[in-house]
Amino acid sequence: MAYTIIDTGGSRSFPAEHAFTRGAARDGEIVVIIGSAVGAAFGRLAGHQSKQAVLLELGTECLGAYAGESRGEEGSNILGFARFGLGNGEPSNLIELVRQPRTRETALAAAQQVFDAAGLQVAVCGDFAGRIIDRLVRPYYNAALRRLDEALASADDLDTTLKLGLGYPEGPIALLERTGLAHHYDVTQALFEAYGDPAFAPARRARVAKQRQKR
Amino acid sequence: MSVAIKTVGIAGSGTMGAGIAIIAARAGFKTIVYDTRQEALDRARKQTAGFFAKSVERKKLTPAQVDRIMGDLTSTSRISDLAGCDIVIEAVFEDLKIKHDLLGELNQVCPQHTLFASNTSTLSITEIAAGSGRDERFVGMHFCLPAQLMKLVEMSPGIRTSDDAFQSAWDFCKALGQTPVKTRDNPGFILNYFLVPFNNDAIRLVESGVAEPAAIDRAIKAGLGYPLGPLELLDMVGLDTQLLVAEALYASTRDPRAACPPLVKRMIAAGHLGRKTGQGFFRYSGNAMFGG
Repeated sequence: MAYTIIDTGGSRSFPAEHAFTRGAARDGEIVVIIGSAVGAAFGRLAGHQSKQAVLLELGTECLGAYAGESRGEEGSNILGFARFGLGNGEPSNLIELVRQPRTRETALAAAQQVFDAAGLQVAVCGDFAGRIIDRLVRPYYNAALRRLDEALASADDLDTTLKLGLGYPEGPIALLERTGLAHHYDVTQALFEAYGDPAFAPARRARVAKQRQKR
Repeated sequence: MSVAIKTVGIAGSGTMGAGIAIIAARAGFKTIVYDTRQEALDRARKQTAGFFAKSVERKKLTPAQVDRIMGDLTSTSRISDLAGCDIVIEAVFEDLKIKHDLLGELNQVCPQHTLFASNTSTLSITEIAAGSGRDERFVGMHFCLPAQLMKLVEMSPGIRTSDDAFQSAWDFCKALGQTPVKTRDNPGFILNYFLVPFNNDAIRLVESGVAEPAAIDRAIKAGLGYPLGPLELLDMVGLDTQLLVAEALYASTRDPRAACPPLVKRMIAAGHLGRKTGQGFFRYSGNAMFGG
């Protein structure tokens, strides 16, 4: 299925060339808008209703901010997506594909097909801040940082326990240090604003990292 | 008083007790498993023999090695048979009174130098130690399930545990071939403190319609490289077990993330306990999983 990419620059999902970006056509039945100015590009897109699907790269915002919402009955040919990555780390192979309650099934299937064809794995989710992974792991990372402050165990022992006990490839402390505590702050602050849940409130170490980044 | 450990007692011959006994005997320690229920001892002995038969089949051990190990591994329903142990690890039901009753009896039977350890995953080491009659010689040693395969042991001193006692238990843990990590005596220690709320959060995503179980697991595995998705893991562990550990953790932390989501109770009421009932977040038939 042919798809066109409108790249507004600064995409977090595709910061470098990838099979998905290489596979784009000049004029496709699917339009994919990536980068940091998705909203403006989408606003300029004419005739998007006639497309098979329109895929908008999301940051921490909800798809509804672009596609609109109405009485829990919203949905069209517009979907959101984000390729998951932690901070400065390499993006993963996962696409979180965001749908609305009445999203057209044909649009959803088309979106899944083009991502699958590029070797990406797709997890479909509803239009909620944090989607699946950030909503699940950020409270866990916050808890790990807080417990480190409280000297539950050393950083190495925390990491070793979670790697050996659960088979995680990397412990939370090493992972956050590698991918950037300041980025963790950005994501958790956005989730905290979205949900007001203290579990998302950035942990002290993430706040400190953000303050140091600003200096 | 540091202890040269030669003989190990295991109190309780359930899944954890039997697994810890395998570790101790395999590492060359004389190991005595105690349980008041003879049928539980017989079942554990049979399972242990089966485990070692597999080890021979997979060429991890020779038949001669297994004969030596099984010769070092005995079981008893008389608590007095633990009198010669240098360390006794209790792996009985997670109930403070049951543990205190057992430890009180052991304190009468065992010599002064004997270390006591608890494999508790949710109770406080200090609180268990307080009923042992020897709280200075009491340590937390939380083995992971399945103990005979997992290297990790979370080790916690109680408030009154002496440095010597902790060091002796630490050295013993290393002599078992395990990997000890030191953690404070906190509810859930490290593993359960993080895992139980994380799994609850995954259940809440299903409950609130964020995504289907298969999508959540796929995201976690593909996005983070975890070997298992949280809902697959919960089906393996059992929703009834998740309810128990979550309730225990919530009771001691009052952390809202530790509180078991209502969906779990509904699933238990419906008989959807996970793999053991053929249905949990996924449906199972033999080894095959549906709904993934």
